[in-house]
Amino acid sequence: MQLQSLDRVNNYFETNALRIADAKEKGNKVVGIYCIYAPAEIILAADAICVSLCGTKQDSIPAAESVLPRTLCPLIKSSYGFLVNDSCPYLAASDLVIGETTCDGKKKMFEIMAADKNLFVMHLPYDQASEMALTSWQEQFHLLVARLEQDLSARITREKLLAAIAVVRRERQALKRVFDSAKHKPAPVTGMQLLELAFKTSFLPDKEEGISLLNAVADELETRIKTGQSPFTDQTPRIILTGVPTGMGSHKVVALLEECGASVVCIDNCVGYKKTRIAIDAAPDASQDEIIAALAKRYLAIPCSVMTPNPNRFATLKELALDFAADAVVDLSWQGCHTYNVEARAVKEFVNTELGLPCLRLESDYSTGDSEQLRTRIEAFLEMLPGKK
Amino acid sequence: MITAGIDIGSVAAKAVLFDHDTGRVLARRSQPSGYDHAETVRDLLAATATKAGIESGTITALGATGYGRMAAKNTPAFTGKSAARVVSEIRCHAKGAHFLCPEVNAVIDIGGQDSKAIRLDAQGEVADFVMNDKCAAGTGRFLLMAATILEMDLPSFSQAAASGEAIAINSMCAVFAESEIVSLIARRVRREHIAAGIIESIAQRAASLARRLDTRGLFAFSGGLATSQTMANRLAAALGGKLTVPEQPQFCGALGAALLAAEGQ
Repeated sequence: MQLQSLDRVNNYFETNALRIADAKEKGNKVVGIYCIYAPAEIILAADAICVSLCGTKQDSIPAAESVLPRTLCPLIKSSYGFLVNDSCPYLAASDLVIGETTCDGKKKMFEIMAADKNLFVMHLPYDQASEMALTSWQEQFHLLVARLEQDLSARITREKLLAAIAVVRRERQALKRVFDSAKHKPAPVTGMQLLELAFKTSFLPDKEEGISLLNAVADELETRIKTGQSPFTDQTPRIILTGVPTGMGSHKVVALLEECGASVVCIDNCVGYKKTRIAIDAAPDASQDEIIAALAKRYLAIPCSVMTPNPNRFATLKELALDFAADAVVDLSWQGCHTYNVEARAVKEFVNTELGLPCLRLESDYSTGDSEQLRTRIEAFLEMLPGKK
Repeated sequence: MITAGIDIGSVAAKAVLFDHDTGRVLARRSQPSGYDHAETVRDLLAATATKAGIESGTITALGATGYGRMAAKNTPAFTGKSAARVVSEIRCHAKGAHFLCPEVNAVIDIGGQDSKAIRLDAQGEVADFVMNDKCAAGTGRFLLMAATILEMDLPSFSQAAASGEAIAINSMCAVFAESEIVSLIARRVRREHIAAGIIESIAQRAASLARRLDTRGLFAFSGGLATSQTMANRLAAALGGKLTVPEQPQFCGALGAALLAAEGQ
């Protein structure tokens, strides 16, 4: 089922790298990010363009393996391989790259990357509850402000931060509107379309353009709901995909699920729905320090498996399972992603016992070598769902 | 009504003809899966029908499973009839094992490139399942690789292993296990000890897969490796004795496909 508004995003995306190059020529600064722990608001407040960096393709992995261990997770290898091959235009354009110490593999990879890129590594605490963790994370935000001001010759102010918070909030709301359309049964959009959209819009240099493209998609999807159009039926199994990030190039599980007859209604990872959650609590008359504190608090609450314990992951799953009327959960880990892999056991138990839903745990990488094995598991899982026998 | 079930695995293709009026298997046959799956399906169905002494035209429906299942979907043997019912091998093994051993609560299948543990509900349907990681360790392929190095076929490998003392095979990866076996041979370790070690290592991996299912019930052991008495004994020991081997376990998936083919007819 074609979506005109999505075609517009695809067309717009095709020339996106040129747009970044143009902006650079006009003297704009670009800051590249790998992860949703990087605070986009602070980057925008430094008058910089904030874009995602590539890390979801198999192509770049062989080059990375000449430096990094083969057993490392594909996301880290792919990200680094784009630097080795100089094949990510966003990375090439970045005046500053922000990394986070989310996991051991990433932090050690960033040490290597720092030799070739201007890199700022944010030290992420693994604890969301203590005052000490929040204080240390706030300090990282202040260090980021100082680094952006210095490297980009920018001046970050209270007013700019508030304006940036408003823009990013509208962006999150627009993306959430798109995602929330799939709460309707049957969903007016495929999981693959949602994934492609969320992935591509994360590279757009102009936030306002991105917001209007996303809102146009949401409008079209809402119209579809009103006119009863859907690629699915009421009987199509509704799946929440949770776990590691997935993008174009690392989308095979989403594609296989839908090829096997499911509807992926919610992508609970940091390319998907996770981006749109958790509001920022900053009053209009807040001081700059108070704003930074509110931002730090918001970002630290993101439920990545690197957090220990990670209660928000489970609370979120419970909420999403109800909101999206899910029939089942698929939990995806990348090989070598220890935190998601270990957490998978607790997720399965939670989904089975607390949510009363079936849960399929999958472990894979970016290659397509295991597609048929995955297909067998996915078909068997869908056959297992009540009413599908 | 007679239905056929065909299970095209990564190593062998298996077919079963089942008579639903008498509740009996009419014939079983297997052959290597080969390169051209469509041809394998045609040859195997014709040969199985001949073995059963029936015309292939009297087969009402076909169920297909295994890695080559899509090749069987529109087989010319069934021109003019409904397309084959394609079902995952997990559900087929569950169905076949439940039919042969209704007392079991779970199934372990060790296939050519996958091993799986399946928990059954009271109706013999799949309640949950786990499969091996993206890796050939602990699968039939792993054993075939070892048997080839030791210049043995499956029956002689199994027999040799029965008299051997299991030597530890530490490599989790089939490729590294191969080098490990080669170095054991170089150290002149007797091949029955190596064979016993390989079987023990597969049994331990299958048992740990089964433990992830969280079931305390009785397991049925299906798939080609279950035809090895030594393999079944070692797996039973690893599971604390709660294992039964159905009749002709390598045909369990094909039987399940034949049973499921009848649904909706």
